[in-house]
Amino acid sequence: MPDNTVVSFRNVDKWYGEFHALKNINLTIQRGERLVICGPSGSGKSTLIRCINGLEKYNSGQLHVAGQPLNNKHLKTIRGQVGMVFQHFNLFSHMTVLDNLTLAPRRTLKMSKAEADKLAREYLARVHIGHQADKYPAQLSGGQQQRVAIARSLCMKPDILLFDEPTSALDPEMIREVLDVMKELANEGMTMVCVTHEMGFARQVADRVVFMDEGEIVEVAPPAQLFDTPSHTRTQQFLEQILSY
Amino acid sequence: MLKRNPPTAPLINRYKILKPVISGLLQVALVSFGLYWLLNSGAEAMNYQWQWYRIPQYLWFVEDGEWFPAELLEGLLVTLQISAVGLICTLVIGLTTALLRMSDSTIGRGLARSYIELIRNTPLLVQIYLLYFVFGPVLGLERFTTAVLALSLFQGAYTAEIFRAGLNSIAKGQFEAGQSLGLSRTDSYRFVILPQVIRRILPPLTNEAVSLVKNSSIVSVMAIFDLTTEGRNIVADTAMPFEVWFSVAGIYLCVTLVLSGFAAWLEHKLNVPAH
Repeated sequence: MPDNTVVSFRNVDKWYGEFHALKNINLTIQRGERLVICGPSGSGKSTLIRCINGLEKYNSGQLHVAGQPLNNKHLKTIRGQVGMVFQHFNLFSHMTVLDNLTLAPRRTLKMSKAEADKLAREYLARVHIGHQADKYPAQLSGGQQQRVAIARSLCMKPDILLFDEPTSALDPEMIREVLDVMKELANEGMTMVCVTHEMGFARQVADRVVFMDEGEIVEVAPPAQLFDTPSHTRTQQFLEQILSY
Repeated sequence: MLKRNPPTAPLINRYKILKPVISGLLQVALVSFGLYWLLNSGAEAMNYQWQWYRIPQYLWFVEDGEWFPAELLEGLLVTLQISAVGLICTLVIGLTTALLRMSDSTIGRGLARSYIELIRNTPLLVQIYLLYFVFGPVLGLERFTTAVLALSLFQGAYTAEIFRAGLNSIAKGQFEAGQSLGLSRTDSYRFVILPQVIRRILPPLTNEAVSLVKNSSIVSVMAIFDLTTEGRNIVADTAMPFEVWFSVAGIYLCVTLVLSGFAAWLEHKLNVPAH
């Protein structure tokens, strides 16, 4: 495998009982690449991204992440290298923001408290929320909570960051602050895989856009090409639906 | 008129606290007086001679200027020991059973399920007899151990269901966030899941702790000198059931009220600010 490939799906299939959730997925993601995955709901885009850190198990095919095959033996190492940001933030509500950030570095990277605190405050500052370290998640707005969640992932110094509809649960006025942070990360060279409906973000940031429908990858292309001259009718239909308002 | 100074905040707060306290005290006083009147007239009709002055000697005695606990307080100590050890065992059994019941292992789930159903659907007294007369001698268990085991096996079944409800109430995303941060399963439970479960199940858990203390009185059938056994012995010696059983009930009430108070304090302390 060439050195700069970080994720590779080869003929990956996934079933939920009778339902064929992922159909023969083939996809390689390069180090430093910004990939956006879009598609109608139920198209398998969340399932695809959740396979990358083992939150979903695939049934057949091969999936390599960070140079290692994704199996039970390598799952823990891979999870240490892949960060994930969720639609509903999934912050630990009983902990302060700072404790949310330092828990994993202290427990899995065996950092000292002082070290972890310092790191956490750095990342909080980077997502423009440095002054909220001692608050609890419920005391923050949705946009602030999502930025805390991003900082929490960053504290593990991941090679890849996965975003599963990071702005879908946010009020409109808070979407921007989260997308801004994501854009800054992209500009710093972070490898990112985002499931999102924010087409403006995809256009500005993505290297490639993957369009999925009914468990298949229909089309992969640079954003300008995919949005302006989609080669597939299903892509055209989807774009017409979401862009008609 | 409209510009009159509003009463200061502390005053309002003091009134807000005082009012329910005063009305509560009044109600308690009223009920106590009614009860006292009822008992007294009943006892008079039965020609019962109240001998409250004889109770303190069963609580404590003084020798050479030193205080020693007498029968009732020694019984209380045994009750507290059984309850404390029993509570710890109950929590361990409850959590283990709940985790087993939610595990992937069919055998584990079956075991947990059978244990819960078996215990919940047979009387505690029968379980105690079984342990005391059958399993205790067979396994060579001491009386105290048998008592603790009986109580915690009984209470553990109910506590397991409370833990299960608590674990089920935690959003799947909390588990996933822990996993995707690379936390081990143990760390996830220890730092993320269980602290949230405990906060949610503290009220029903308090119920279980209180009922454990009360149920501990049933172990008196196996010749353990707990508070209830001591009470029964004193009644047999002195023939003053009214005073003794009221005292015993009062002591149990003190213990359980302290327990409830502690739980309320804990709940307040663990409360996470939302604004």
